[in-house]
Amino acid sequence: MTIAFVLFLVVVGTLIFHIWSPWWLTPLASNWSGMDETLLLTFWVTGGVFMAVGLFMVYCVWRYRYQKDRKSEYKPEDKKLEFHLTWITAVGVVALLAPGLIVWNKFVTVPENAVKVEVMAYQWGWNYRLAGEDEILGKTSIHNISDDNPYGLDLDDPNGKDDLLVEDADLHLQIDKPVKVLLRSIDVLHNFYVPEFRAKMDMVPGMITFYWFTPTKTGEYEILCAELCGTGHYAMLGTVVVEEESDYSNWLAQQTSFEQILAQNKTIQLTEKQ
Amino acid sequence: MSDEFDYKIEAKAADATTADASAPPIDYVPPAERPEQELYHSKSWWTTYVFSQDAKYIGVQYTCVATAIAVVGLILSLMMRTQLAFPGLNVLDPSTYYQFVTMHGMIMVVFFLTALFLGGFGNLLIPLMCGARDMVFPYVNMLSFWIFVLAILLLVSSFFVPGGPTGAGWTLYPPQAITVGTPGNLWGMVMMLASLVFFVIGFTMGGLNYVITVLQARARGMTLMRLPLSVWGIFVATVLALLAFPALLVGGIMLLLDAVLGTSFFMPEMISMGEKLSTEGGSPILFQHLFWFFGHPEVYIVALPAFGIVSDLISVHARRNLFGYRMMVWAIVAIAALSFIVWAHHMYVAGMRPWFGYFFATTTLIIAVPTAIKVYNWVLTLWRGNIRLTVPMLFTLAFIITFLNGGITGLFLGNVAIDVPLSDTYFVVAHFHMVMGIAPVLVVFGAVYHWFPLVTGRMLDEGLGKIHFWITFVGTYMIYTPMYYQGFLGVPRRYFEMYESSYASTVGLNVFITVAALIVGLSQLIFFYNIINSARAGKKAKKNPWDANSLEWQTPEMPPKHGNWGNELPVVYRWPYDFGVPGIDKDYIPQNVSPSQVSGAKADKT
Repeated sequence: MTIAFVLFLVVVGTLIFHIWSPWWLTPLASNWSGMDETLLLTFWVTGGVFMAVGLFMVYCVWRYRYQKDRKSEYKPEDKKLEFHLTWITAVGVVALLAPGLIVWNKFVTVPENAVKVEVMAYQWGWNYRLAGEDEILGKTSIHNISDDNPYGLDLDDPNGKDDLLVEDADLHLQIDKPVKVLLRSIDVLHNFYVPEFRAKMDMVPGMITFYWFTPTKTGEYEILCAELCGTGHYAMLGTVVVEEESDYSNWLAQQTSFEQILAQNKTIQLTEKQ
Repeated sequence: MSDEFDYKIEAKAADATTADASAPPIDYVPPAERPEQELYHSKSWWTTYVFSQDAKYIGVQYTCVATAIAVVGLILSLMMRTQLAFPGLNVLDPSTYYQFVTMHGMIMVVFFLTALFLGGFGNLLIPLMCGARDMVFPYVNMLSFWIFVLAILLLVSSFFVPGGPTGAGWTLYPPQAITVGTPGNLWGMVMMLASLVFFVIGFTMGGLNYVITVLQARARGMTLMRLPLSVWGIFVATVLALLAFPALLVGGIMLLLDAVLGTSFFMPEMISMGEKLSTEGGSPILFQHLFWFFGHPEVYIVALPAFGIVSDLISVHARRNLFGYRMMVWAIVAIAALSFIVWAHHMYVAGMRPWFGYFFATTTLIIAVPTAIKVYNWVLTLWRGNIRLTVPMLFTLAFIITFLNGGITGLFLGNVAIDVPLSDTYFVVAHFHMVMGIAPVLVVFGAVYHWFPLVTGRMLDEGLGKIHFWITFVGTYMIYTPMYYQGFLGVPRRYFEMYESSYASTVGLNVFITVAALIVGLSQLIFFYNIINSARAGKKAKKNPWDANSLEWQTPEMPPKHGNWGNELPVVYRWPYDFGVPGIDKDYIPQNVSPSQVSGAKADKT
C-alpha cells in the first residue's frame, strides 16, 4: 500500500510545492497580461485535472488492491461513460484554446502607431537602430555590411541617413508607447526575449521578423537570447531600459545618426591619410 | 498468378478439413488464408549468435545495443547537470557542454527510445503476440540490426573526429549547425548526419518487416481487433516512422551538402564571425519544417508503443479487462494521423507566418482529446480491478502520473499565446522529459520486469526491483517538476551558465535538481545488477508467470524455442483481455482457449 500513499504524496506534494515556491512568473512589465491570464487559466484547469485523476488513481489502488477471493468487474466497454468523458474533455480544450487564440490575434496585429525599433543580432551581441526624425528606417542589406557600415545600410536610401545607431549599448524605450521590434540577424538564428515583457521571436538571417509590445513599467530589464546560436549563446545578454518621456528624450538626443558616423569615419580617414 | 491463387484455395480447403472437422460450431475459426512460410534455420555459431535471423534474438540484440548507448547518453546528462549546479568544478567548457547537450538529445530520442521500442520490443513481441514463427523477412531483419550497429558506431566515432561531435543541439538548426560559431560544425556534423542516414536505412528494413508481419502473418483467428495493444502501438508507430523518417533523411542530406559542398539549401546570404560566406538564397526555416515534420511524429513513435505496452501491463496486473479497447485502438490511430499536422507548434516563435499559429494551435489541442481518453481508460481499468502491486504494476502507475504531468503541460505549450513566454525555457525541458523521456522509460522498466522471464526463463528480483522503482519514480519527479517553475521564471534552456533571474534565485534549486539526477543516475546500477544477476541465478519462472492471456506466454516451451510454436501454430478465439470473466473459477482466459473449453464463461464476443 506504500504506492497509494506515495502517489497521494506526489499529487498533494506538487500542490504544496506550488504554494510554497518562490519561483513564479516575473512581475509583468508589458501589455501582455493576456498571456499571463491564459497561462493561469490553463494552470488551474490542468492542475485540477491532474489532482482529480491522480487522487482517483490513489483511491483505485487502495480500494481495489489484490484479494485472492475477489474478481474484478468484467465490463469491456461503457459507451455512455466514454462519450461523456470525450465531450467534457473537448469542451475543456476549447475553453483553453479560445482565449489563447484571441491573445495570439492581438499579438500578431501590430497597432498603427507602434514605434519601429530594429534589433540586429550577431554572434554574440545586440545592436539597435531607431528611425530618427523621419520615422522611417532606411533599407539594409547583408551585402553592404563593412567596418564602416556595420548595419549594412543602403547608402543611396535617404531614409537611412538620420537613423540612430545604438551599437553595443543599452536599448532605451519610452514607457506606455507601443513598440514594434523589427528583428534581424546577420549570421545565425537568435531570439530577442525579455522575460518581463513575455514576448519573444526568433531572428532569422535573410528575413525580418517582428513582434510588438507596450512597456508598462519603468526599470532595467535583461535581454536574453532564447535560440541556441553557438558557443556564446549563454552569454548573449543585453539590457533594455524603460523610462519616462523626459529621460527618454535626453537619451535619444545623445545618440548618433548614420550620417554623423559616416562623416566621422571620413574625417578619420582623411586625417590618417595626411 | 493463377498458380498462386489455386494454391491458396487448396491451403484453405486443407485447413478447413483437418482442423475444424471435429470441433464444435462455437469454436469455428476461419481457415488460414495462406500456407505457413518456410523458417530459416541457422547452421553455424555465427548465424546463431551474431547474424541471427530469429526475431526474438534480434529484439534482445537491439535492446542491449540501445541500452548501451543510453548509458552513454545518461552519463553525458549527469555531467551536464554537474556543470550547471557546480560551475566552480569546471567539469565542462561551453563547447563540450553544447556537444553533450546535442549528443544526449539525439542518443536518447533516436538511438535509444526509437530503436528500443521498435527494434527491441517490436522484434520480441510482434511475432510472439501475433502467433507467428518469425518476422516475414528474417534476413532483412538481421541486416536492419547490423545497419543500426553501424549507425551507432558512426555516432560514437564522432567523439573522436577533429573538432569533436556537433554542438548544434539535437535539432541541428542551420545556419548555426554548420558555421564556425558552433563546435563540430564540419566533421561532427558529417558523422552525425551519416549516422542518421544509416539509422533511417536500417530502420526502414526493420519497419517494413514489422508492418508486413502484423498485416500478413497473424495466427488463425487473430483479427486486427484481437491484437494486444502493444502490437497496435508498435504497428502504428512503425507506420508513422516509415512516413516521417524520409523527411529527416531529405533534410539531413541537404544539410550535409550545405556543410560539405557549400550548397545553399538552408543557407541564406550571411556573415559568420566577420566573414562573408558565399552562400545565398537558402531558407533556414525550411529545414525546421522538414525536421519537425519528422520530429513531431517522432514523439509519437516513442509514445505509441509505450501507450500500447502500458495498456497490456495494466490489464494483466490489475486482473481486469482493458477498459474501452476499441476506443483505445482508435485513439492510437487518431493520434497518429493528427501527429502529421501539428509539427509547426515547435516553431510558433520561429518567424513563420503568424497565420500558422491559429491552425497549429488548434490541431495541437485537438490531439489532447484522444490522448486524454487513453489516460481515462487506463485509470478506469484500475477501477473495480483486483490490482496486484507487482514491480511492472508499480512502474505502470508511475507512468500514468508522469505522463499526466507531462501531458497537461503540453496544453500550455500547444496553446500558441502561452508558448510565446514559455518556449525555449526550462518549462519546455521539463515538459518533454516528463512526457517523452521519463514516461516511456518507466514503461520500458515495467516491460523489462514483465517480459524478462519470457527471454531468460527467470524472474527479476522483486526486492531490488522495488528499490530501483522508488528511486527512479520519486527521483525523476523531483528532477523535472521544479524545472517547470524555472520556466515560469523565464530561465532559458541551453545555457551553459544557468541564467540567474533578479526576481528569484534558482541556485539552490539547481543544486537540488542535480543531486536528485545523480542519485537517479547511479540507482540505475541496481537495475543492471538485477538484470545480470537474475539472468544467471534468478528464481526460475513458471510458465505464464503473470497469468496473462496474450499469446507470447502460451508457447509450448518457455522461453520459446526457435520457431516459437513447436509443431502447430496457435489458433485464437478471443481478445487478450478476458480477465475476471464471470462464470468460471480462473480469473483469466488465454487467447488460444476455445469457447468450448470454458463453456460456463460469460465473456463478450470479440
